[in-house]
Amino acid sequence: MKLSIDVFPLRGMLVGSLVGALLCGNLSPLHAQEYPIDSLKLINLSEVVIISAGKQLDHQKQHKPLSTLDEFLETARSIKMVKRGAYAWEPTMNDMASERLAITIDGMQIFGACTDKMDPITSYVDVSNLSEAQIGSGQQGSAFGNTIGGGINLKLDKSNFKPTGWTGSLETGYETNNKMRVFGGELNYSDEKFYFNTDVIYRKADNYKAGRRQEVKYSQFEKYNFSVNSGYKLADDKSITASLIYDEARDVGYPALTMDVSLARAVIGSIGYNQDTLLGEFNNWESKVYYNTIKHVMDDTTRPDVVIHMDMPGWSETAGFYTQANLNKGKNHFMFKLDGYYNKSYAEMTMYPVNPNEQPMFMLTWPDVRTKNVGFYAEDHIDFHESSLKLSTRLSYHSNTVEDDFGLNSLKIFYPDMDRTNSRFLKSFSSQYHKALGDFHLNGGISYGERAPSVSEGYGFYLFNSFDNHDYIGDPNLKTERSTDVNLSLTFKKPIFEITATTNYFHVFDYIIGQLDNSLSTMTIGASGVKIYSNLDFAQLFNASLSGRYSISNAFKLSGSISYHRGVDDDGANLPLISPLSYGGALDFYKNQYSASLSMEGAGEQSNYNPAYGETKTAAYATLSASFGKRFFINDNDLFVKAGIQNILDTNYSSYTDWNNIPRMGRNVYATISYAIN
Amino acid sequence: MKTLKYIFAFLLISISVVSCSDDDDNTVIEDNPVEGLNKIYEISGANHVVEIYSEKQNLEIGYNEISIRIKDLSTNKYLNDAELNWMPMMNMTDRAHSAPHSMLSNAEESTVYKGHIVFQMASNETEYWELKLNYDINGESIEGVTRVSVLQPNDGMVKTQVFMGVDGVKYVLAYVGPQNPEVALNDMQAVLYKMEDMMNFPVVENYKVAIDPRMPGMGNHSSPNNIDLTYNSVNNRYDGKLSLTMTGYWKINLKLLNQADEILKGEDVTEDNPESSLYFELEF
Repeated sequence: MKLSIDVFPLRGMLVGSLVGALLCGNLSPLHAQEYPIDSLKLINLSEVVIISAGKQLDHQKQHKPLSTLDEFLETARSIKMVKRGAYAWEPTMNDMASERLAITIDGMQIFGACTDKMDPITSYVDVSNLSEAQIGSGQQGSAFGNTIGGGINLKLDKSNFKPTGWTGSLETGYETNNKMRVFGGELNYSDEKFYFNTDVIYRKADNYKAGRRQEVKYSQFEKYNFSVNSGYKLADDKSITASLIYDEARDVGYPALTMDVSLARAVIGSIGYNQDTLLGEFNNWESKVYYNTIKHVMDDTTRPDVVIHMDMPGWSETAGFYTQANLNKGKNHFMFKLDGYYNKSYAEMTMYPVNPNEQPMFMLTWPDVRTKNVGFYAEDHIDFHESSLKLSTRLSYHSNTVEDDFGLNSLKIFYPDMDRTNSRFLKSFSSQYHKALGDFHLNGGISYGERAPSVSEGYGFYLFNSFDNHDYIGDPNLKTERSTDVNLSLTFKKPIFEITATTNYFHVFDYIIGQLDNSLSTMTIGASGVKIYSNLDFAQLFNASLSGRYSISNAFKLSGSISYHRGVDDDGANLPLISPLSYGGALDFYKNQYSASLSMEGAGEQSNYNPAYGETKTAAYATLSASFGKRFFINDNDLFVKAGIQNILDTNYSSYTDWNNIPRMGRNVYATISYAIN
Repeated sequence: MKTLKYIFAFLLISISVVSCSDDDDNTVIEDNPVEGLNKIYEISGANHVVEIYSEKQNLEIGYNEISIRIKDLSTNKYLNDAELNWMPMMNMTDRAHSAPHSMLSNAEESTVYKGHIVFQMASNETEYWELKLNYDINGESIEGVTRVSVLQPNDGMVKTQVFMGVDGVKYVLAYVGPQNPEVALNDMQAVLYKMEDMMNFPVVENYKVAIDPRMPGMGNHSSPNNIDLTYNSVNNRYDGKLSLTMTGYWKINLKLLNQADEILKGEDVTEDNPESSLYFELEF
């Protein structure tokens, strides 16, 4: 029995490629050619969520400054979070989850180590590390990787050679509902030549209480996160950067699941090289090599009445690189990016029989799958008079290899003729057009994208899904999932008023989802059946939303949105985890360093649900929240106090995203204090 | 300059090491035909020695693969023309009986006589197994009898079944392999004999042994893509495929079917009937 993971083979290569990158950089011509165009604007993101907790200016805009990253992401119009407890929510976009999204941290590919999706990579960073979340819907997210539903890049907070000198801040927060204590701090130094950012945050929460004081057992968690990032200017137009994030969560409860997590740990590191120009023609040349390792240990020793005790540790290691540069030629603004990663995913399960004389039962749930992906991304943003067109493409080579013989032989029980290695080419094309017609802005696009099956979908071995109570088996012979999507949005924009209607439609061919196989016997005691990941002929997903903003006065602002979602398979049956009609609205006040808000959020009844995927009808709900903040100046320093109350009416509810319909948090009063030393 | 010298010296050494190892390859390694087997008995006769080998440390209840060599002490060579045959005998307090066994054959390796015996019971103080051996040495026919001890398997797993079918015939069904089961689709073998009388156990041909592996500790979890054991006339065994989805304790529920597909022994595993009366056990 293999109980440890091999030493990662690519550590040496990383150093080698870094040296190579540096050498190349030094050899390139030194022409200084300034293009002030931000490469991010070229990506034409559909949404950006500002996070950076440390930036005092942003505090006013945020209803809850020290909330978890998950809560921040949930404020994005296009993101919904699937919840298995109070911690490690899974982002979904356009009603598609992790395997259909490209989620990166500062451009780095990271893959969770849990076979049951208990550690989306967003759980390995915290708001203290980040400045913003860049969100691209559909193929607009393909700059970050192969995707169907979209891409999210969590951008690290960096001083970027701003001449601010020493700055620091201390933050603390408390929430009454689950007694969450948050302590955070950061210390930064930055000048034109060098910057250095450090931050640390610690959170500890007890079980939360749903509406009407109903305690949700096993919803506690404890986590701390530490990060450093630094940059040094080698010359006026050249700099090197380095970053390191250490994140560790312990004793994390998952009330919706049968197991908790005793340890989830990530070490995420990168070294980058930036140069203003490249070969005379290109600018904003940015390169990075990175490595991250994740260990995730599922554990059920704290649960009573466990039918059979089991250990389920998982490991995921990824090494990768990217290098990108912009090129401006007249109306054309090009961006080119070459990226690649190598991931190994290994997970095992040991079950301890009730009869102590029997041997433990062991299986590999992820058979040490090695994924190689090398991709080339290019986009051209063409400016016309009052209109623009963005064309982009991503071409990738993707391969999976089952490294472990034990795991390969296990899968061969189901697929006797399977190959150890499976390779495919993935293609993506997209065109997005924007036209301004007076106060109207028209955006429309058509795209095609492909993705490879995830490790679980291709190689999972008896993965228990508590949502539909089935064991899942991967299929290494799955076809590439392909999607065509169209999107259209119309905005009417006046200085005090803005309203946007957006709609998109995805027609996904060979949609991958688990299909029941009645001939198979369950492994998990009490499971209802076994599903095999299979390709449906197609699935259709439709999303539409209407959102608006109105400035009543300088101090008062009103915003609101409503969205409709629908997802069906090739038989017209409902797909799981599709949002019902949902809506939200807020009234914000800001004047003389005082801020206040009153917001509501709700959803209609989930009438389009599917019991075959373990769904039950979720009732309509609405919640009301309020916050109040004040900024004080103390000797040039900032003291910011914010307090609020969520779910004021203590409604007991759950939404379609709540795994097994565990109720959401009831009334919660929170307070945060930030002190920033400038 | 100094570095270069070292590199040169290193290269020289490497070459000489490579050359040396080339020479070593010329030595002939003698094949040992009983490599990996345990010598469990050595019986000295007049001017010869009989060596009995098994893969196991002891003879055990169930299927035992046995290899026998006879060494002529006058020539120090192993015989390849001994015309060796055998007969296992159980001497109980009230009666004697034999055990199902194959013929011995030296077709694979001329000096090693191989065969198997399925012992139905263990020996004890008063009831003991004997192995009768008949062979020729230098033109002289010799009959030897040696007492052997047969033990209960160490792991306590049931791998042999002696039972009466609904046809009134007494059968002996014994597990042969996989000897080292893996989490995989394993090749599975078993042997099936019927008891004609106390001395004769002919091989039963062209029946079928249906298998249904289960894990009683995991809610009777079963594995997919098993293939029932069918008769293989080449080696007189029953061959099939056994899939095991994880390590641990497995109960392989069995049904014996005759040529007319009538069940002679064993039952289907259902919700109400968690196990068959005919089964093997294994744990790994």
